[in-house]
Amino acid sequence: MPFRIVEAKRLSSITNLFQIEAATIAKKARAGQFIVLRLDEKGERIPLTITRRDPAKGTITIIFQEVGKTTKKLASLKKGDKIQDIIGPLGKKTDFGYVGKAIFIGGGVGVAEILPVVEYAKESGNGITVIIGARTKELVILEEELRKLAPRLIVMTDDGSHGRKGLVTTPLKELLTAEKFDLAYCVGPDIMMKVTCDVTKEFKLKTLVSLDSNMVDATGMCGTCRVSIGGATKFVCVDGPEFEGHLVDWDLFLKRQKRFVNEEKKSIECNEANAQCRCRA
Amino acid sequence: MKKQEPKGRIRNFDEVALGYTEEEAIKEAKRCLNCKKPLCVLGCPVEINIPGFITKIKEKDFEGSIKVLKDKNSLPAVCGRICPQEDQCEKKCVLGKKGSPINIGTLERFAADWEIKYHPPSPKASADVRRSFNESGQKREGKKVAVIGSGPAGLTCAADLAKIGYNVTIFESLHKPGGVLVYGIPNFRLPKNIIDLETDYIQSLGAKLEINFLAGKSSTIEELREDGFKAFFIATGAGLPYFLGIEGENFNGVYSANEFLTRVNLMKAYRFPEYDTPIRIGDKVGVIGAGNVAMDSARCALRLGAKEVTIIYRRSEAEMPAREDEIENAREEGVRFELLTNPIRIFGDDKGWVKRMKCMRNELGAPDESGRRSPVPIKGSEFIMDIDTIVCAIGQGPNPLLLATLPDLKLTKKGNIVADESGRSSIQDVWAGGDIVTGAATVIEAMGAGKKVARSIDEYLRK
Repeated sequence: MPFRIVEAKRLSSITNLFQIEAATIAKKARAGQFIVLRLDEKGERIPLTITRRDPAKGTITIIFQEVGKTTKKLASLKKGDKIQDIIGPLGKKTDFGYVGKAIFIGGGVGVAEILPVVEYAKESGNGITVIIGARTKELVILEEELRKLAPRLIVMTDDGSHGRKGLVTTPLKELLTAEKFDLAYCVGPDIMMKVTCDVTKEFKLKTLVSLDSNMVDATGMCGTCRVSIGGATKFVCVDGPEFEGHLVDWDLFLKRQKRFVNEEKKSIECNEANAQCRCRA
Repeated sequence: MKKQEPKGRIRNFDEVALGYTEEEAIKEAKRCLNCKKPLCVLGCPVEINIPGFITKIKEKDFEGSIKVLKDKNSLPAVCGRICPQEDQCEKKCVLGKKGSPINIGTLERFAADWEIKYHPPSPKASADVRRSFNESGQKREGKKVAVIGSGPAGLTCAADLAKIGYNVTIFESLHKPGGVLVYGIPNFRLPKNIIDLETDYIQSLGAKLEINFLAGKSSTIEELREDGFKAFFIATGAGLPYFLGIEGENFNGVYSANEFLTRVNLMKAYRFPEYDTPIRIGDKVGVIGAGNVAMDSARCALRLGAKEVTIIYRRSEAEMPAREDEIENAREEGVRFELLTNPIRIFGDDKGWVKRMKCMRNELGAPDESGRRSPVPIKGSEFIMDIDTIVCAIGQGPNPLLLATLPDLKLTKKGNIVADESGRSSIQDVWAGGDIVTGAATVIEAMGAGKKVARSIDEYLRK
């Protein structure tokens, strides 16, 4: 039973928002959880965060950046098109509950994961501060949505084209120096999460991160997404995707993220050379 | 039985064993003594009338033969290929005492393949099967049964319950039904079109299939109860990969056999980039373990282009758990064997890729709890092996994901479900069978469990 795209919107030149019919997932999904989708018979299975859900309409919303072959192909789909397979909700749901004052740090498309968690944190009665960052103005997403939830929202761009110029860690350090927070929650590019954890560690601030890894089944069967958390091997798909950032073996994680880098390159090249390539014939 | 030549077959994923021709099958069938008290049947976990189907082959009534098979076994094309007949029916065959036993598996495969080729199961034929079961007074009023997992145990149970009129839904978390038959066993041992046909057949018997459904996450058992399901069969298999527990096993290039085989078989990574799922294979591959999963992994690695593939096993040849045929196939194809060898540490480069593995030699000591002689490390025997891909095929455990949502479900120390003779668990309306109960075992044992559970669920629901 394929899954129909009911809305397809571009949020930036590389970021897309899809609303997809998936009634049972819409009913069950909670903040922090994700889906795995497979586009077609020859497709790979990739995980994507569930940003929004609408149980009444029976839809879920995903926001994704075009980085690999599958996300590029996904981006080429239009309203009314169908995705062959979607399974979810997968992974553990966010459940930190009431902690007091929480600070959220989102980078790039990771902001799409921050949004439902901020909503959850607000419902749980927490004080909310949000820092989001992107390379440039055009790539800043969900600013308005977050502004509605967060009395204090700081926007950072690498080139200063919007908000303040610089990295998310700059205002983070300032805030942590000036005030006491009870929890940090960070989602973004791997290196940004690592650097953010380095900062919060100095301030002994508990930090949750949501890891994104290559997966196959995403049900705990294959172990390709394994990470080392406080010295123990865990699977991102079933034990995560949320982990305590200060316990993550970032060095290992960053290296493991590159395990199919050559193949991914080849896959994109093959897709772009599609006109000449007979492999899809 | 004819096989593809080793030289050619390591360049393709096509089936290795080619099966019998009609003449060969009849000739082999004629050897059957048609014993009055057939011992072979006692060796069959699903109680196939073995002399019965062989007699039909002898009489050239191939359609009749497949009917006899399907009376007890909904997956004959699968069993004919991958059952360990040498330890079951064929082991009991009287002819085996003086010469070679009847090749029951190959004959089963012949009949099943004949049907696929000349007489593919039709909706009408399935309707006839349902009618024949219903006419024998076994009609049930369509009560809803949930079968969780579409591997051999789940499919068998679903088929048996659907045949007699239950409203069965099979829930599968992957995008394709078949469980280990699709993600685990390679095409060269079990062509995937056969599983498609067998799962289609089971659906034609009336069982519904819901893919992309992860029980415990998509819905809990409690929610399914609210939806009207009256009985549950948990047949989720052995889906949790075991790693070695040694330093360095998270280096890139170390796969669990589950990952390695799922990428290759289910996702067809051997046809990358035509198929999107990648796999990375090095020149020197080490497969740890010596069961069927290890042989499958080693033979896949060869076909993916590895220059040297080595099975590394801590005991000796006699203790290797794989089927003899599979060990022979692997040897013929050039797989090397480092026996009485135990990996103790994996080394990688600064980018995180596997480069070398430190091993130790063992000698055999006294038998352990498995009854096999235990490996004892020899002091000072450490050596280093150059290696760039490692596949851990040292076994799989029960996936705790669904089980954790059922606090009343009694589990063993290892996390397997505790079930009685009939497959019933500690929860009244929940049964379990196959690898989730026994730990990793064979396809036919799982099917046998599925059959028993179907009977027990039927008894329960008729009360």
